[in-house]
Amino acid sequence: MSTDQRLHVTAPGDREIVMSRTFDAPAHLVFDALTTPDLLARWYGARGWRLVACSVDLRVGGRWRFVSHGPDDAEMAQSGTYREVERPSRLVYTEAFDDQSYPGETLIAHDLTELAATTTLTSTLRYATPEAREIVLRYPMTRGVGQAYDRLDAVLAGLAHPQKEHP
Amino acid sequence: MSTATAERLDATFAALADPTRRAIVARLAAGDATVTELAAPFAISQPAISKHLKVLERAGLVTRTREAQRRPCRLEAAPLRDATAWLANYRDYWGESYAQLDALLADLTADDKATPPPPDGAS
Repeated sequence: MSTDQRLHVTAPGDREIVMSRTFDAPAHLVFDALTTPDLLARWYGARGWRLVACSVDLRVGGRWRFVSHGPDDAEMAQSGTYREVERPSRLVYTEAFDDQSYPGETLIAHDLTELAATTTLTSTLRYATPEAREIVLRYPMTRGVGQAYDRLDAVLAGLAHPQKEHP
Repeated sequence: MSTATAERLDATFAALADPTRRAIVARLAAGDATVTELAAPFAISQPAISKHLKVLERAGLVTRTREAQRRPCRLEAAPLRDATAWLANYRDYWGESYAQLDALLADLTADDKATPPPPDGAS
């Protein structure tokens, strides 16, 4: 599988994950794709997971709820409350899964910056505890770990030669 | 995941959260080096480098061997490998999801452009 060079994921501190990705579209379209049920159903999920129910009450204090169908008839539901809704630059909400195996809600903040019709989406996920972050990184994404070992060389090469992207 | 593994991951990420320590790791990726050799490219003292090395050692990222008077530092691959694997699975999942979002946005952008501008009345 090819690695998405535009997607950067880091795990700063003890309970955050920060994802950054550019999209070839204006910010208002990216914002709409994150907040409109009809649009979410067309992209949200991977590896056999897809949205089968999606409700969004897009206002501060409004609730959202996603239900996804996955491999082997698995079902997963997540929901939360919108905290900040500032189209097209910022969206903040809480998230918890119905059958979550760790305590607490996750606070998710999306920041969108548009430059020359390209939008950078930076998503900061702050988990309630360090343990929650550990668990979420294992669930429900059950494959793909093996490929990561092949990337160690690339990571080391990148550390050693930060100027060169692909030596 | 076991608590021990989780604690080791925490230690790995904490150790790599500093630019000087990342530079030390990068230098050691090219081969073993002594504290003197490691300190050379940096505008900081050898004791300061030693402090950073201790953090890397506690995280299991660096070991120090004894060769006569020299004590070269060596990069240990396992913790880095674990840390890379830990994030890569998550990253790949979102990479796939975002690839779908790319396709959707391409459609939406095309629709945006295809929509005729509102008539201004004159023509």
